[in-house]
Formats: sequence, C-alpha cells, structure tokens
Amino acid sequence: MSSRERVLGRVRRALADVPRDDAPVERGYLREHGARSVAENVELLAENLADYRALVHRANAEELPMLIMRLLAERGSQQVLVPPGLPPEWMAAADPVRIHDRAVSTPHELDKVESVVTGCALAIAETGTIVLDGGPDQGRRRITLVPDHHICVVRVPDQVVSSVPQALERLDPLRPLTWISGPSATSDIELDRVEGVHGPRTLEVILVTGHDGE
Amino acid sequence: MSGTFVGMPAFPVAAKEAVGNPTLRGNLRHATHTIRAKRAKAVEEVSDWAELREAGKRIKDHTLRHLDRYLVQLEESVRAAGGTVHWAADADEANRIVTRLVQETGESEVVKVKSMATQEIGLNEALEAAGIRAYETDLAELIVQLGKDRPSHILVPAIHRNRGEIRDIFRAEMSEWGRPAPDGLTDTPAELAEAARLHLREKFLRAKVGVSGANFMVAETGTLVVVESEGNGRMCLTLPETLISVVGIEKTVPTWRDLEVFLQTLPRSSTAERMNPYTSTWTGTTDGDGPRVFHLVLLDNGRTDTLADEVGRQALRCIRCSACLNVCPVYERAGGHAYGSVYPGPIGAILSPQLRGTGSEIDASLPYASSLCGACYEVCPVAIDIPEVLVHLRERVVQGGPVVREGNRVVLKPAKGHAAERAAMRAAGWAFGRPGALRAGQRVASRSRRWHPRTLPGPGRAWSGTRELPAVPAEPFRDWWQRTQDGKGDAK
Ligand code: SF4
Repeated sequence: MSSRERVLGRVRRALADVPRDDAPVERGYLREHGARSVAENVELLAENLADYRALVHRANAEELPMLIMRLLAERGSQQVLVPPGLPPEWMAAADPVRIHDRAVSTPHELDKVESVVTGCALAIAETGTIVLDGGPDQGRRRITLVPDHHICVVRVPDQVVSSVPQALERLDPLRPLTWISGPSATSDIELDRVEGVHGPRTLEVILVTGHDGE
Repeated sequence: MSGTFVGMPAFPVAAKEAVGNPTLRGNLRHATHTIRAKRAKAVEEVSDWAELREAGKRIKDHTLRHLDRYLVQLEESVRAAGGTVHWAADADEANRIVTRLVQETGESEVVKVKSMATQEIGLNEALEAAGIRAYETDLAELIVQLGKDRPSHILVPAIHRNRGEIRDIFRAEMSEWGRPAPDGLTDTPAELAEAARLHLREKFLRAKVGVSGANFMVAETGTLVVVESEGNGRMCLTLPETLISVVGIEKTVPTWRDLEVFLQTLPRSSTAERMNPYTSTWTGTTDGDGPRVFHLVLLDNGRTDTLADEVGRQALRCIRCSACLNVCPVYERAGGHAYGSVYPGPIGAILSPQLRGTGSEIDASLPYASSLCGACYEVCPVAIDIPEVLVHLRERVVQGGPVVREGNRVVLKPAKGHAAERAAMRAAGWAFGRPGALRAGQRVASRSRRWHPRTLPGPGRAWSGTRELPAVPAEPFRDWWQRTQDGKGDAK
C-alpha cells in the first residue's frame, strides 16, 4: 500500500464516527472595521505604514519623478533596480545607473544593488500592508528582498483597500504574492525590535495621486 | 517516536530543574508578560475578534471533518500548478523523502525556514546523517542551532537566552558554520542581528535548495502560505532553485477566502502585530520567479491518530500562534524545554502525547503539566479547549482504554503509579460533566482573580484539595510540585 493510501485510509477511519455535514461555515465577522471615506482610508494606511516604521511620502503624478530622484540621491544610491514594466516616467529624473532585472541575474548581482523601485498590487489600510503580485511594475520576488532600500509606489486611492478580506478578494492566488508590513524586523533578542535582519532595512512608500493622466 | 528529546526526563523533573534556574525564569517572565500585554491590545483593536475566533474554529473543524477530500483536492491543485506531492506516514518516511530529494539535486547543504514540522521529525539530524548540512536561518533558530541547544518557545525559540549569552554563542560558534562573528562584537541586539545578517547572507546567496514548512495550504488553489518577520523566509522561498516544503496534513484550509480569517487572527495572537512584516504565498512554480522545482511533503506522523480521538482532535485546529504559552503560569516557570518536545506550553501538553502516544514517561506526564486554569483556552484564536483535552488525556493515562496508534486500534493499559490520580480524575470528570461546576471552578479563575474558589464544589473537592485551581500563581510552582509530587524530582 502506498503511503498516500495509508494516510488517506487512516483519515477515513478516524472520521468514521463523524457526521459529514456540509453546511457552509458561518462567517459572522466584518468585511471591514468601521466606515471610512476614501480619504480616511488613505490616511489610515499612511498612519499604519508609519507605525511600522515605513517612511511615507506623498506626491502627485507630476511630482513623483522628482521625489524618487530625491529619495535615491539622499541614500547615495548609485545603482537602482527596476522591474521591466515600471512606468518609465517614474524614473525620468533619476540619474543613478538603472539596472533592469533580468532572469539571468544571480542573487550575488542583486546583492550589489543599493535600491529598488516598484509599484504594488494593492495596499491594506487597516494593517498598513502593501502587497506585491509579481506584476510588470513589481518584478520578481527577489528584487524587493535582496537590496537594502525599497521604494514602493502606491496609487491612491485606487490601489487602497480597507481590510484583509477585501484584499484577498482582489488578489490572484495563482500569482506569487508578497505581503509587506514595514521593513524586515526581528524581536528574537530579548524582544527588542531590530529592523532589517534580511529584507530591506528601509522601506519608503510613496502615496501618489492623479496618475493615469488625470 | 522521533521528535522526543532524547533522554528527556518526565515533565515534573525537567520542570523542577528549570524552576531553579533564575536566568531562565527571569527571561521567560519578562518575555511572556511583554507579549501578553501587547497581544491584549492588538486583539482589542479588532471589534469582531469573537466572530473571527468562532469562524476560525469552524473552518478548521469543517476541514478536519472532510480532511480526506481536501487533501486529495490539495494534491491535485499543487500538481496542476507544477509541484510534486509526496505523502509521509511518519517521521522516518518524511526524512527519507527529503533526503532523497536533496540528494537528487546533487547539493550537500540546504537553507531552512523556521518550521515546527521539520523539527518534529528531526529532519536536520537525518540530513546530517546523510552528509547534508541544514542551515537554520531564522535568527532565533540560528541561536539555538549554534548553541547546540533546543528551542523553548514556538515563536521565539531562543527566548531563554539573553543578549550576553547570544554574543558568546556567536563569537564561539559562527566560524564553525561559515562567516565568523565580526571582531569586537558587542551584545547590543542591533549588532547581534547584523552579525546574523552577514553570516546568513552568504548562505542565502549560494543556496540551491530551500526547505520550509507552511502556515497554511489552500486545497482549492494549491497555495502555500508562510508568515514571518525577518525576511529569511522570503530568502529561502525565492532564491533557491529547488524548494521542499514539509507540512502537517492539518494545515489545510479549504479556500483562498479562508485566509481572511487566519491572516487577521494569527499575527495578532502571536506577535501582537496588526500584520507580521512578511507573508509569502506561492502556488506551485512560477516561470522566471522563484524555485523551478517545488516538492510538497504531506506529513501524518501521528496526526491521523489524533484525528481519531473525538475529544483530542481539536488540537489539530492549532495555528501555532503561541498565545497559550505566554499566558500559561506553568510554562512561565518551567520553560519550554521541560515539555520535552518541539511543542511546548499548553498546546504541547496536549499535542505531543497525542502525536507520540503516552508510552514514554515524559508523554505520560505532559497532561499533568497544567493547573487547568483555562487561560490558554481564553486566548486561543481557534478556541481549542485545552483544559478539556488535558483532563481527557489524564483520564486516558490513568484508566487506559482504546486509542489509535499508527492507524491501528489498540487498548491502552492503565498507567502504574498513578493510583492517587485516579480518584482525582473521577472528580475532574464529574466537574467536566457539569458545565456549571466547571465554570465556577476554573474558567472564572482566569477572569476574576479576586473571587477564585479555592476548591471545587461537591466531589471536586478531593481533586482541588491537592491542586491550586487559580490560573494565577498564588502558590509557586515549586511548592506545588513539592507538595503534590512528594519531591520525587529531588533525586536529580
Ligand atoms: S493552541 Fe491555540 S493559542 Fe496555543 S498555539 Fe495553538 S492556536 Fe495558538
């Protein structure tokens, strides 16, 4: 007998006494917590991001390239990784050498890059979370992981949802997803929070309004 | 029976030793109290906590009730997404499968994401025996591994170590395993974390094989979920070419949507955060992003035996948040090591004796590692009635009876040397058969310290006469142990 048959057989025998009712699970919980206006949702997102020590910036579509340039210059980043589908105008003002992520680039090559700029799939206001789904403006999972500085652009309010249930509804489970709430952190040493153990030590989130030619 | 800490004495003996260690007690006390207070705040923020808890309980119960169907569905979904599924009836089989899979890649080292399942089966040791080195990459696990130590907490396995000890371990051991600790390393947490970052980065960048567990597996889509803080998980899940995940069959949830419950309750219950810093989900393999080969090893190892017990099976709802450890007065004093398994605290006290059976001394003693105060039940985000299962298991140890071991029905003999407990068990059984008396005697204790009854009413008196009912350590664990166990642990 294969182990598959053995395990499944054990499960079935273990459940011999159990009524197999198929009633759907009751879900008495909320779809979102509190009724907020669109603007309030964006505020809450900014607040919760900051609470997790992400650096939050705001810009409109026109200011965005200058802001990105400034943030990169402040870090002194010479090399910046960008996913293949990043809107070119975002980087229009930045002078550092732009590195396009390619499938062949090794983790060692990525490790030499200082900053990465991406978009996101959506952001969750109640938890201060940004979610990446590997879309063209976000790239492979590894590019937002290995460099030490991540700049993530969130289009507000379109990309902002209130809550975790709303987020899952909008995400495609077949894509690899990365949920990010603040920079990498550990509390393993006497519960003192230390940031940046492995992922980027600095997460900067830009909330951008008036995109898509508005 | 792998997973037992070899040569481990029974809980009372191990606990007594731990209780006498002031550093350990101090570290634990500080840690559990800190997390406990933070958690209460994080939970208060969510107005529908009770409903989320109830839904989490029901989703898990529903899954367990149809586990055969969901496992088959999960297998199909993972295959359709490009993964390979393996089934392991026990620890040995799981270890053999993983060892073979690693050998087939031609590699002799793997990077690991913190995973209870792989600890439970002793995977690192099995790989070592086959000449494969497994590197733990979670900071706390690294501290445990370098210190040739054992984890003592589900979430913060090195909680028993203070910064000075960690610095000494890094200085002495890092060079054995790779990049040595920086010269002049101090004991500030930031410097220690930086030393770990440098040490581990070297390993991440060259790793070809990653090994993980998972917090959830979605049957409908074949998606696996790993919840973490540091980013070491993301490293192991995305940089290697081959990913092998070893996951207990009870981690299944039916639908993608079900995650909306657990991704709200798990972070708040475990680290007291609105959301943990990183969550990764993956469904099979994705072209050009992450591992090209994905293996899922579905692990039984006593889970189906647990499922066969109508009272005990609720332990399989556990999402390993560790909230029950942090409120447990016994854990706080005894420390995680005393439980003799990778699952310490209240959940360990009910899970280990079910996964492994109560054949060994330590496993037979675990159901007694509790004051039955009910605090663990109160905090549990999937409402596992740990006290109920504890009493049930005590009864089983004392009276024997039919159980399922490795899929077969066997009849357990009553344990010797527990005669005194037998009367106590009848009393407990009486109390549990009468919800009113039980509530009066126990649950209330965790809420209203001032009005703690000292004894249970009716026949419960005999039982509570030798045990402190309250959650609260009105009586030090040491005294409790001395008095109830006659100081038998003194031999050590
Ligand atoms: S038993 Fe409940 S409280 Fe304890 S670790 Fe499991 S889910 Fe968390």
